[in-house]
Amino acid sequence: MDKLLNLLCTNSQFSVAELSAMLGEPEDYIKAQIKEYEAKGIIKGYQAVVNWEDVEDSYVEALIELKVTPKKETGFDEMAQMCMAFDEVESVYLMAGVYDFALIVRGETMQDIAMFVAKKLSTIDGVLSTGTHFIMRRYKDRGMNLTDTDSKDERSLIL
Amino acid sequence: MIDYNRYLNSSIRSLSPSGIRKFFDIANEMENVISLSIGEPDFQTPWHIRDEGIRSLEKGKTWYSPNRGFADLLKEITNYYERRFSLTYNPSEQTLVTVGGSEAIDLAFRTLVEEGDEVIIPQPAFVCYNPLCVMAGGVPVNINTKNEDKFRLKAADLEAAITPKTKMLVLPFPNNPTGAIMERRDLEEIAEVVKRHDLMVLSDEIYCELTYGGRNHVSIASIDGMYERTVVINGFSKSYAMTGWRLGYALGPAPIISQMTKLHQYGIMSAPTTAQYAAIEALKNGDRDVKRMRDEYDMRRRLVVDSFNDMGLTCFEPLGAFYVFPCIQSTGLSSEEFCTRLIMEKHVAVVPGTAFGDCGEGFVRVSYSYSLKHLQVALARIREFLGELNHGSQAEGAC
Repeated sequence: MDKLLNLLCTNSQFSVAELSAMLGEPEDYIKAQIKEYEAKGIIKGYQAVVNWEDVEDSYVEALIELKVTPKKETGFDEMAQMCMAFDEVESVYLMAGVYDFALIVRGETMQDIAMFVAKKLSTIDGVLSTGTHFIMRRYKDRGMNLTDTDSKDERSLIL
Repeated sequence: MIDYNRYLNSSIRSLSPSGIRKFFDIANEMENVISLSIGEPDFQTPWHIRDEGIRSLEKGKTWYSPNRGFADLLKEITNYYERRFSLTYNPSEQTLVTVGGSEAIDLAFRTLVEEGDEVIIPQPAFVCYNPLCVMAGGVPVNINTKNEDKFRLKAADLEAAITPKTKMLVLPFPNNPTGAIMERRDLEEIAEVVKRHDLMVLSDEIYCELTYGGRNHVSIASIDGMYERTVVINGFSKSYAMTGWRLGYALGPAPIISQMTKLHQYGIMSAPTTAQYAAIEALKNGDRDVKRMRDEYDMRRRLVVDSFNDMGLTCFEPLGAFYVFPCIQSTGLSSEEFCTRLIMEKHVAVVPGTAFGDCGEGFVRVSYSYSLKHLQVALARIREFLGELNHGSQAEGAC
């Protein structure tokens, strides 16, 4: 797997100099490579991983299971496009298994999300059923531990 | 009041305590210390390996193992040396499982060294060799490896240290604290001298899986004529991040291993059973973990070496273990002053080179067995420290 992409996934704020040192490649090469990834849409953007639990006025999020009837011409893609269009929807995944789509939906309250599912999602033509699972707590997100359980280094021997 | 000194063994009393206790005490009392001093992997033992240990406990495998270790483990160890280093050992006669590599080192000294025998020990090196040699009745003869030789042992230096009393050479590569390795041609030159003077070699290969830049570890036992003169020491601590399991091993000529086994049998009985079950899994299915950890160390290594050179603390490129050994002479401080001031002023702990022998003066050992994030913070603080030092006077360094 691409080492540069992996490094950027762990921390997109590494400087070009640091990336160049770690990968043993010249800085110009690293710069060009990142530009190319961005131009090709392989790198889509850079976001912060936020521990919302520690923020006031935070969000509620839920995972919504969706069973749908695929369209004759466009299969699941059209349904995916419709789901993506809502601002409330953070992520859309097509799944293998007992349901078709998994959506991550964000709202200010549980009520918001419940209403969104009832009024917006389940009324889309082709949606057969929905299942709503509220996210209670995030322990790990995008590879990052959001708890403080791993902060203490328990190693004690120096030599 | 009892005068305990009357009862205490005088050889033990005269062993000097580990030289860096003082730092540790300072570091332990200080808040917000960021350490680059630890000498063990930051990775946890891979889960499938831990799981095998747990499973053995669930199955109630809580008895002693055979003295030498479980037959399956002995077989896996010899398979591993065959597969990685093309060295063939007989599992039942040339292999012994010990409590960490450290026990194997102790056993080898006590088995091979007699009163007054000289043992050549290159320095800087891990702290256990000199004391264990002394306790076996031997006389340590230290050779200083040098920055300009990338801290490799040179045949001429070895030759110059040999006397009629020399019996053994300790070869601690890949090296803690310098990160130096010995490549095949270096070992061939050493082997010539060893054979000419009819010496034995204790080859401590505990960091054998942590070599970088496409250089695979070469065991001196694989050099022509050295197999019969070498006791190889290895273990699971560094390769598989299994330090706390305390499991190592020795490989060597059957007459030596059988005497070591006798000592092990009386002093230890057998290595921990749970750890042995986990280690079998490590050797069978752990190659991918080893590679993953090595790749991660390698990235950190490059970052740290590059940063030190950029800060003006010159640093030869270490190709092994997980340490860098930058020269700090340009600061005009001694190793100990440097480390003390760094911890007092910037709360960063590194180890003075002198903890690994007097010839470590002018150097510090920096461990990169830490996450990249941790390393970035620590390096930034060291950079600040050097910046503030430079406002004062600056001496010209020799390296």
